[in-house]
Amino acid sequence: MAGTGKAHLRNSPDVLLRVEDLTVEFPVGRTGLKVNAVSGISLDVLRGETLGLVGESGCGKSTTGRAIMQLRRPEGGSVVFEGNELTNMSLADMREARTRMQMIFQDPISSLNPRRKVRDIVMEPLTIWKRGSNAERATKVDSLLSEVGIDPDRAAESQPHQFSGGQCQRISIARSLVLDPTLIICDEPVSALDVSVQAQVLNLLEDLKAKHGLTLIFIAHDLAVVKNISDRIAVMYLGKICEVAPSDGLYQQPAHHYTKVLLDSIPVPDPEVAIHKVAIEGEPPSPVLPPAGCRFNPRCPAADDRCRSEEPQLREIGVGHFVACHHPLVGGDAPVSVRSATSA
Amino acid sequence: MSIGSTTNITQAALRDVPGPLLELTDVRTHFRTPRGLVRAVDGVSFTLERGRSLGIVGESGSGKTILSRSIMGLLPTKGTERSGSIRFAGTEVGNKSRKEMRHIWGKEMAMIFQDPMTSLNPLMRIGDQIAEPLRLHLGMSKADAAATARRLLQDVRIPEPDRRLAQYPHEMSGGMRQRVMIAIAMACGPTALFADEPTTALDVTVQAQILDLLGEQRRERNMSLVLVTHDLGVVAGHTDEIAVMYGGKLVEKAPTKRLFAAMKMPYTEGLLASIPKLEDRSHSRLNVIPGRPPDLVNPPKGCRFAPRCPYASARCNEEEPPLTATQDDPDHSYACWYPVGSPEYHEARARINASAGVN
Repeated sequence: MAGTGKAHLRNSPDVLLRVEDLTVEFPVGRTGLKVNAVSGISLDVLRGETLGLVGESGCGKSTTGRAIMQLRRPEGGSVVFEGNELTNMSLADMREARTRMQMIFQDPISSLNPRRKVRDIVMEPLTIWKRGSNAERATKVDSLLSEVGIDPDRAAESQPHQFSGGQCQRISIARSLVLDPTLIICDEPVSALDVSVQAQVLNLLEDLKAKHGLTLIFIAHDLAVVKNISDRIAVMYLGKICEVAPSDGLYQQPAHHYTKVLLDSIPVPDPEVAIHKVAIEGEPPSPVLPPAGCRFNPRCPAADDRCRSEEPQLREIGVGHFVACHHPLVGGDAPVSVRSATSA
Repeated sequence: MSIGSTTNITQAALRDVPGPLLELTDVRTHFRTPRGLVRAVDGVSFTLERGRSLGIVGESGSGKTILSRSIMGLLPTKGTERSGSIRFAGTEVGNKSRKEMRHIWGKEMAMIFQDPMTSLNPLMRIGDQIAEPLRLHLGMSKADAAATARRLLQDVRIPEPDRRLAQYPHEMSGGMRQRVMIAIAMACGPTALFADEPTTALDVTVQAQILDLLGEQRRERNMSLVLVTHDLGVVAGHTDEIAVMYGGKLVEKAPTKRLFAAMKMPYTEGLLASIPKLEDRSHSRLNVIPGRPPDLVNPPKGCRFAPRCPYASARCNEEEPPLTATQDDPDHSYACWYPVGSPEYHEARARINASAGVN
């Protein structure tokens, strides 16, 4: 899976965000070694689409989200948002660009300033960018708060700790919408919430997306959640993309062995369903010294010598369905033509 | 019971005591706060047989964690009001002091927590942390404890146990740390293991591994397992029985298969329906339980779930439903006036569907 390649990128005037060969590395102390957090991934998102990014902890999905926002400048690659290259943009221009791309984080309580009133937190972006008159700002903030299900009057006099985790996530969502962004990157927005609250927040995101014409990148480790909200899903493993497919196609016909493992690991809320014995042992290896060839090969049941030496490339095996695997579960073995010498 | 007599109860003796392992009668745990009395656990009764696994399910604030901590005796002493009876292997443990409970922790009851990082000592090697209860509770020699620690790491499937024994918690991943926690909990061979959201902080692949491991250890050691979680999906495949909690009360309890086949409580139904299903098409609307759990300082009169229940009627807001057994299965009890499947439930459903414009 340690796949590279751009076969899955689309040539469409509707592409809102295009990421190519994105690379993010972190130095390890003074050892000269580096953590290969994201190793040359490419993806694109169409206007109005929801792209899901899934994978285990350490696969680079959150780093990808942050690198797109330029919260950490990537070591390599390009990020084109609304036609503008972000990686070499000046800080001032980047601040401006971030008004149109916003982020929601996993821990809703710690992402809100504990000492301020909730309504002020939501209003602050408008104040900073001097949008509208005071009255216009207030109207906008109150209508957004009501839209996410928070009482504006209560928000005006309460601090974040007076709200539950689910409510704080709603407040974060309201704050992310206040500048009318086109793209929202949601980094594990529901994984800290109870299942019942999770469902409320997922439904809310769908409603807001339709109403405000948003494009979403939804990052999570739970494939059932990602499948519910996404149009297209990219599965990541150890800094690489393994498989890209429309959500329903990915579930019906997973082609990558890792995708299959992720699907089989989801607990089924039905005691009559036999539990799959998890077909995978251990945990991902260290991204400091990733395995040669396909990065999934040490844990893959189908790995052979080729997988250990040669990195698979993303190739199309169905409509909009791409996989980076020499021996995928569907679509047949990779033909020689897609072999390539590039490796991580 | 005096401290002396507690220590005299050997493990073998405890295991031979007939009757259920755990027997709770009207357990209440209330906290005094500036806002008033928080009724975190408000009259819970159930029994758990030896070697069985029980899932305690509910949302945040339902009292599931406080209930398991009440059984273990892991509560703050100040501002806590406790009543009711908790019998463990025939011995009353509900009124024991922390000092007395120390003889029971580890040897009889052990607990693993949600966050494996903060539950391990960051300044102590893994090997020493596993050996500590062995030396303390079982009086093992240093060498024996070290050898047992190594075997325990193998039991919980940690590769290269010798290297791991010398490591510190920060050198391990979250999944590995949770395995270490399980090894520590298993160290003195407890009769009951409490796992409080043991997999919530872990990835799905690791979650599946840890749940399998817990099940395996339970069977091998003939241990009772209490799995506390908010996710019905987690308990479905890994427990014999399920207890659903809401607002500090037990609202439904049944053998796992029975619960999923014939749930009675609208709350249980709502919890199950809110889980995203892989079989559903993407963008399918998720079913939600509207609103939030009740304020346990001023819980609603009548059924505590009534304000959020789609099927609630006037009686639900006035009278509290008692926990009663179903007619066809004495092991299945629920607390609801108009349970799922009753004529009133169907009537309410028809009314809701009509107003939503669907059939």
